[in-house]
Amino acid sequence: MMDLRELYQDIILDHGRHPRNFHALENPTHLARGHNPLCGDRVTVYLSIAGDRIADVSFEGRGCAISTAAASLMTEVLKGKSLAEAQALFGRFHAQVTGGDPGELSPELEEDSERLEPLTGVKAYPARVKCATLPWHAFEAALKGGLQGDTVKTE
Amino acid sequence: MSGAPLRNFDTRTAALDVKLLRREFPVFDAHPDLVFLDSGASAQKPRSVIDGVAEFYRSEYANVHRGVYALSARSTDRFEEAREKVRAFLNAKDEREIVFVRGATEAINLVAQSGGPAFLQEGDEVIVTELEHHSNFVPWQMLCQRVGAKLVMAPIDPTGGLDLAALDALLNARTKMVAVTHVSNVGGALLPVERIAQLAHAKGAKVLIDGCQSVPRMPVDVQALGCDFYVFSGHKAYGPSGIGVLWGRYDLLASMPPWQTGGGMITTVTLAGTEFQDPPHRFEAGTPDISGAVGLGYAIDFIEAIGRDAILEHEEALTGYGVDRLSRIPGVELVGAGQRRLSILSFNVDGVHPHDVGTVLDQHNVAVRVGHHCAQPLMDRLGVAGTVRASFGVYNDDADVDRLVAAIEAAREMFCR
Repeated sequence: MMDLRELYQDIILDHGRHPRNFHALENPTHLARGHNPLCGDRVTVYLSIAGDRIADVSFEGRGCAISTAAASLMTEVLKGKSLAEAQALFGRFHAQVTGGDPGELSPELEEDSERLEPLTGVKAYPARVKCATLPWHAFEAALKGGLQGDTVKTE
Repeated sequence: MSGAPLRNFDTRTAALDVKLLRREFPVFDAHPDLVFLDSGASAQKPRSVIDGVAEFYRSEYANVHRGVYALSARSTDRFEEAREKVRAFLNAKDEREIVFVRGATEAINLVAQSGGPAFLQEGDEVIVTELEHHSNFVPWQMLCQRVGAKLVMAPIDPTGGLDLAALDALLNARTKMVAVTHVSNVGGALLPVERIAQLAHAKGAKVLIDGCQSVPRMPVDVQALGCDFYVFSGHKAYGPSGIGVLWGRYDLLASMPPWQTGGGMITTVTLAGTEFQDPPHRFEAGTPDISGAVGLGYAIDFIEAIGRDAILEHEEALTGYGVDRLSRIPGVELVGAGQRRLSILSFNVDGVHPHDVGTVLDQHNVAVRVGHHCAQPLMDRLGVAGTVRASFGVYNDDADVDRLVAAIEAAREMFCR
């Protein structure tokens, strides 16, 4: 049996209880919602994109400790990133939690990726992987849909 | 009779012996430390069902109602014997009233899609309750949209039981169908379905009862209940998955057109038209789940060997113990169940999301269900995204409740420090 504390590390519990960037953006350029019908979790991701950069990012919603912490940590690492860098970070994170090929990242992005490392404990809990990826899928949908406010579902 | 030998769990003189019963469930050989509290989703299977189905495939299997050869006749006998067991189990008047389906979901869809247009016209009303599983809600919603009828929801009262007076007030001459659960799959509330049937019939409405959570746990007599349709799933009653039962009053079934069509349900087919068989075969197009029906027969044998009065007594005592223990944990809030609760406890732990509770419980080898339990209207009414649900079977005892409580304490320790 895996130690639960590898899943619920202190940083996860902290971000789950006190999520960062947990509010709506006043003037977002992009937004999208994520919904996990299995557990009822909902997240809305707001982006303010200037040129090729994510000037600001935030989220709102209700969810479990994992999905709240995942959204919170996501907003922290995405702020200031170029869109290409953001996609690369998501690619790495997705591979880490689903067991895919992690690929190569630049040294600066490796540092950001390490900040997401505590979330990768979910790969031992197949039922919980979607909790960790939900905010990222909402982020991706926001990039694609602009202000349409698309909703992505995990199922 | 072939099939697996069945022990005699005669409990008329003694309390139900959980330790003895657990030995009949091979899952606990494979997982000795498992605390299985998810029988409300699906029950584990006793040896007599598992071995009985295997033996049926080994020595008695062929298609039914088709062959002239001895093996097919034998298989048909076994299939029809299972129908008779179900009839006796529900105390139905006639075995032609027993239709084998995939499960309660299919049974309700059958009644709504085949019988619905016959019973219901534009401007009529269907009443469901806030306690319904989606499977006793969405088929009626679809039907109402199709024929221009109105779907009406009878509310719960502040204690979490059905508000019977409110349901009574909603009944009127336009009400043509009342579809209610016997026992709520979320909070375990036992509904006064006999009284509901009387009230509905007084207004000329038909009554369908979802018996998924009641059939495995208490005596059910459809004639005494006075309803028109009663449905349940085999897999929640210790039987195989993929088999279920629709019971309907014969005159009503005979007034309903076929639902699915194909082999096995016709008398004559020509280019000009087709004549259909009488119930139940009219509603059993194609090769049925033969081994599922036979397995369900073994599950009924298993339940009857223990005795449903004994199961009810055992599970009510266990439910009482569970309510008592859970309500003593700070921050744990039980979903109400009105006046009488049976075998199902839904709760939330303050400050901890149900999914996180579920994962911590899983790490303690306590299997529960978390989420909305296919009852989103009720979750909305309760103002929660979901709950944690523990539900009991004949293999559970007080020690399982104690393990549940210890695991909840561990979750609180982790998240609420």
